[in-house]
Amino acid sequence: MEKKYISHNSLMNWLTKLNDEGSQIYAPVAKGDKTDYKQITSVEEISMDHIQTTQSAKAVAFPRTEKLFSYKKENGDVTLQNFETTSIPETVVFGIHPCDAAGFKPLSGIFNWDTPDLPFNERMKRTTLIAVSCTQCDEFCFCTSVNGSPGNTAGSDILLTPVKDGYLAEIITEKGENLADKHSTFFEADPNINKEEYLAKVPVQFSLEELNKKISNMFESPVWKQQSERCLGCGACAYVCPTCACFDIQEDAHGSSGNRLRCWDACGFSLFTMHTSGHNPREVQSQRWRQRLLHKFSYMPERISVRGCTGCGRCSRACPVDMNIAEHLTEIASL
Amino acid sequence: MMDNSNIYLPHLMTIEKITQEAPGVKTFRLKFKDEEAGNNFEFKAGQFGEYSAFGEGESTFCIASSPTRKGYIECTFRETGKVTSALAKLEEGQTMGFRGPFGNTFPMDEWKGKNLLFIAGGIALPPMRCVIWNALDTRENFGDVSILYGAKSVADLVYKHELKEWDERPDVRLATTVDPGGETSDWKGEVGFVPSVLEKMNPSPENTVAIVCGPPIMIKFTFPVLEKLGFTDENIYTTLENRMKCGVGKCGRCNVGSQYVCKDGPVFSKVELEALPAEY
Amino acid sequence: MDELRNRAKELFEKGEIDIFIGYEQGTRNPRPIFVGNAEDTQKLVFNDKCTGNLAVYLTRKDLVKGKRVGISASYYALKSIVQLFVENQLKEENLKIFGLANDGKIEALNSLDEIKHYIKDTPPPPKLEDDELIKQIDAMSSAERWAFWSDELSKCFKCYACRAACPMCYCTKCIVEVNRPQWIQPWASTLGNMEWQINRVMHMAGRCSDCGSCSTACPIGIPIHLLTHKMSETVKANFGDPSDKGNVLSTFKPEDKESFIL
Repeated sequence: MEKKYISHNSLMNWLTKLNDEGSQIYAPVAKGDKTDYKQITSVEEISMDHIQTTQSAKAVAFPRTEKLFSYKKENGDVTLQNFETTSIPETVVFGIHPCDAAGFKPLSGIFNWDTPDLPFNERMKRTTLIAVSCTQCDEFCFCTSVNGSPGNTAGSDILLTPVKDGYLAEIITEKGENLADKHSTFFEADPNINKEEYLAKVPVQFSLEELNKKISNMFESPVWKQQSERCLGCGACAYVCPTCACFDIQEDAHGSSGNRLRCWDACGFSLFTMHTSGHNPREVQSQRWRQRLLHKFSYMPERISVRGCTGCGRCSRACPVDMNIAEHLTEIASL
Repeated sequence: MMDNSNIYLPHLMTIEKITQEAPGVKTFRLKFKDEEAGNNFEFKAGQFGEYSAFGEGESTFCIASSPTRKGYIECTFRETGKVTSALAKLEEGQTMGFRGPFGNTFPMDEWKGKNLLFIAGGIALPPMRCVIWNALDTRENFGDVSILYGAKSVADLVYKHELKEWDERPDVRLATTVDPGGETSDWKGEVGFVPSVLEKMNPSPENTVAIVCGPPIMIKFTFPVLEKLGFTDENIYTTLENRMKCGVGKCGRCNVGSQYVCKDGPVFSKVELEALPAEY
Repeated sequence: MDELRNRAKELFEKGEIDIFIGYEQGTRNPRPIFVGNAEDTQKLVFNDKCTGNLAVYLTRKDLVKGKRVGISASYYALKSIVQLFVENQLKEENLKIFGLANDGKIEALNSLDEIKHYIKDTPPPPKLEDDELIKQIDAMSSAERWAFWSDELSKCFKCYACRAACPMCYCTKCIVEVNRPQWIQPWASTLGNMEWQINRVMHMAGRCSDCGSCSTACPIGIPIHLLTHKMSETVKANFGDPSDKGNVLSTFKPEDKESFIL
């Protein structure tokens, strides 16, 4: 891994240049008291004051609504138009935090489990992640409890850590290298800085070891009912989550032609698992809350060797009734 | 599967033949439009697919025909929701979509030399029909083949022609039953629920595998009867029908504990079933 | 706060309730809590940050079915409770209600009539900020207004937190989940999102308590409560105060204005 330095001005100029050359740039943009990733046309729009954006950046590779293919019906016959890969633009995601960059690994785990998912992979192929280390955190952050850290390089192509007037740039992957090499003049020599000094201090909230030990064997525990009582059964936690990938497949029909769409769905919804017969394997909210936590902390590690949580805390911030996941995991770890 | 292929893109299928099995229940015989895809297509008994009615969406059913019958696949479905209703409106010669085969299979190889006892209720005969024909087409591999099939009423029995054919075969023992009140004046089969007819049939568990498929209530009352008859959990199999969208372990609907019905199932032995949390 | 705790405790000690729905201190703000015994009533809090409408839990069968329920209800939650009674969703004998006024006073409301009187006699907490925003939106040209709502609703990802947080959204199968025919596109897109909100608001006509929980719940921060707030005003202006004879969508009176029919 190569280390370099880039000043704030050079960084903005570099992003502008990349945008001018045809890459679409997604970056945090503030509106009111919320900040979210948006495609920007000018670096002026970028806002870096937030602790966490409302939504994760997963939509870059897993859009909330995506066309999987199109069809056309004519006299009982059908022709199909496959998923269009050539129209996916080169994309740079700037300003995600390490917890978000780390989220692309579990996503990729799900989308590549035995059968590779073309739309996800084609988008990822064209996406470069420039993450920025966290210099501040809040009480919902718990990356350090799930093996992450505010300066974690895993998942990022380039990780920038704010130091003095500019950034320490760690070029992590080949993709990152290619992007940096395109305009190497913006970068300066390794500043030889201990980045730890600049990072937020995110307290560890629970022992992951204890959690792992307990959570896989507690399907029947009364804790799920007790924790989930106030849960309203909306999909806010899943939709803001960087690793939640549950989806629905729907038909967008326009007369004799149309598109098959994939759209976000959530295991918290009461009808998510409902059979046509009316039988519902997860009938009550406590079963659905259990599914959410066990899927992330037991089933995913067991089946695809990756945890479904990076400790970003978004689900807790987004929840209308303060279902604080770190608090619940702490409770489970100390059972 | 090749890296650049789209797992959500269905094969186009021509509906070669439609059979009205029972009120609201149809069987489609489907042929691949792309001959090469048809020739390369292989599946095993127990696997399922996602069937498209373009304009309405996809629905999940098992492949109801046997892998021993080449050149086509069949599916049998009941009109219940949006997609199945749209499929039911299609006519012979028209086009629909198919993705598959997905899921695991019945262990037909392991069953070689054993007796097979099929127990099915209502619209759950189709997943079993695939196995039945597979066994009958390779008849020399198996011992006795017994079939117990029940439906609400005589009209609701599916595959009526095949039931007759099985009934007439000397190498198959068939018992059909309808729920009390579902019989007609000329009904020659049993009247009663599947579990009690099974008890009356009194099949020997000796070297026998029982394959059970039906509505949850039938399964619930059939298992204890099998147990009483002396069948061990290793020799009881069923197939689960959880709600699915993708069919390939991604959409998140069908998992029961850490098991995915679309990947680890739909076929489960009773041993495996008992190991699952009761969330199916 | 002590008074609320003590009175809830008393209900448990007298054996009059099985659960008490109130607020406890949460991570930043108070959050709902289901108290199941006298001891845990000491976790209850009440202050001006208790904004979520707790009436939403009164129709959750998995939580309250067969149970005698105590609840602390803000002004708006009381309005929702009245409406739930009108819609035959609640039984008087199973409910013990404490009305919580903004000045911290607690009043036991033992019947539907008492709640109705309480609401009548209590001025609604002012919604100055909302009134101001509505004024701004009213002042927009229709093109500007379309642009405003298109921009806001383009962000919606259909997590349905607005629906989940609303005491009036107690249907077990919502219109967005009906697919024969498919009334509303189930995926997120600007137009489909608008269809969803328009339907939601229409279904609230004459039923909405104007509590604003829908908007507070929205993780994206879309001010969708302005739609219901405006609609409440419109309904009141055109059809008068809601009565217990049903809501404006489900009732017809010969004197109803029909200016919308051209």
